[in-house]
Amino acid sequence: MMSENEIENLTFEQSFAELEETVRKLETGGLTLEESLTLFERGQALAAHCNAQLDQSELKVRQLSPEGVTPFDPEG
Amino acid sequence: MSKQLRLFEGPTFSEPYTVSQLTSRIRHLIEGEPELGDVWIEGEISNFGRASSGHCYFTLKDAGAQIRCVMWRSVVTLQDHLPTDGDLVLAHGRVGVYEAGGLYQLYVDQFRAAGVGDLYQQFERLKARLEAEGLFAPERKRPLPRFPCGIGVVTSPAAAALRDVINVLGRRYPLAEVLLAPTLVQGDAAPPQIVAALEALNRRDDVDVIIVTRGGGSLEDLQAFNDERVARAVTASRIPVVCGVGHETDFSLADFAADVRAPTPSAAAELVAPDRAELRTQVAMLSATLVAALQGTIEEQRWRLAEQMQALKHLSPAAQLAQARQRVDDLLGRAEAAMYYGLILRREQLSGLIGRLAGVSPLGTLKRGYAIVHHRETGDVVRSVAQVAPGDALDIRVADGEFEATAVNRSHTDDGGTDDVRERN
Repeated sequence: MMSENEIENLTFEQSFAELEETVRKLETGGLTLEESLTLFERGQALAAHCNAQLDQSELKVRQLSPEGVTPFDPEG
Repeated sequence: MSKQLRLFEGPTFSEPYTVSQLTSRIRHLIEGEPELGDVWIEGEISNFGRASSGHCYFTLKDAGAQIRCVMWRSVVTLQDHLPTDGDLVLAHGRVGVYEAGGLYQLYVDQFRAAGVGDLYQQFERLKARLEAEGLFAPERKRPLPRFPCGIGVVTSPAAAALRDVINVLGRRYPLAEVLLAPTLVQGDAAPPQIVAALEALNRRDDVDVIIVTRGGGSLEDLQAFNDERVARAVTASRIPVVCGVGHETDFSLADFAADVRAPTPSAAAELVAPDRAELRTQVAMLSATLVAALQGTIEEQRWRLAEQMQALKHLSPAAQLAQARQRVDDLLGRAEAAMYYGLILRREQLSGLIGRLAGVSPLGTLKRGYAIVHHRETGDVVRSVAQVAPGDALDIRVADGEFEATAVNRSHTDDGGTDDVRERN
């Protein structure tokens, strides 16, 4: 059984792919009601996580420099 | 103004030309020459100046001559960059006369750096060589990741191209992280820096795709991206590369070597990342499908339940009893039917036998007039005259009864009568 925390750690790619897979499984049918409900809840959580990631507003920009990776300063 | 100009017929003092007439004549001569309307001229720029009107004035010269040149503002604004004094250039335009200034001059509409022909040839030769080597082969092209987390960008930190890329990614897919690998994008130092930047990004594990980009420029400006080392580094990249150099019409060798070529820096950013507006729609659709699928499952379960209940009904004792009862009825019915038909069959067989019996019964024979004669004493059926002596008592059986008789005479049918048995009648 997956926890909410685990979903929080998924990248968009992972959560989107799992959402697609969840929908596919649920559509195939032949599941018990309990299995279906579990999948459904998981799918809803994944969709919410996808949306939350899409709502993120700030693009993070960093740059490679001799000191390693530093924040990108457009003026510098 | 109807006066005929006779410029080359020798001067006549009686009919002098005005300056305007002469200049106009010269203008017509020069501008009427098609070859001078479309010329390429190679020369060195001098006295380059831009007037407040936006038009540019300068002189093109070589060791032996010079020509005044004009470039109108409308043309000037189309140039990526303008030459400066001392530049050796190829200028294209038409030769015309500025009557008010008494000048003939070149109206320039296009520049190319001189020696550009060599650059093109070099470009084509290198391209052909790398192509033959298979560097640009379609089967080498890799698909781009669908949802990149880390996007490496190889360009100049000061470039407009970088701002374009950041703007597009910020709008479309801000969940990605951009990692800039700063380089020069112009000049002799640029190619090794671009190669180093690609290598540095390839050593990281948080970069899913790389954009190599710079804005438009002259062929010389874009030369760094036509460098063999850069083309090879793009091909060698473990991480897929999108190349967006210059404008739509510019093709660099790095473009050919890249997995995907983008016409501009902005287009490169669009190719690299999906649009979150579309993704929101997709997530919403998946969410809706999820609900529909769950409803489907519930419906399916309900059907299965109904099916089971139906099955259960069939298995109840009452149902089983009813079944058994019906089965007994069924068997009884069949037994009755069997018996009934058996009886009919027998009856038919019997009447058949009776018919056949009637056929062989002696009664039928008697009806036709025959009689059966029994000897009273012996009880034998009389078949021969030898069995009877005159005076013997006989019982005669005919169809409807019997009567007694006494033998009187006898005779054999064939050999005439010897013994007469009529003694007693």
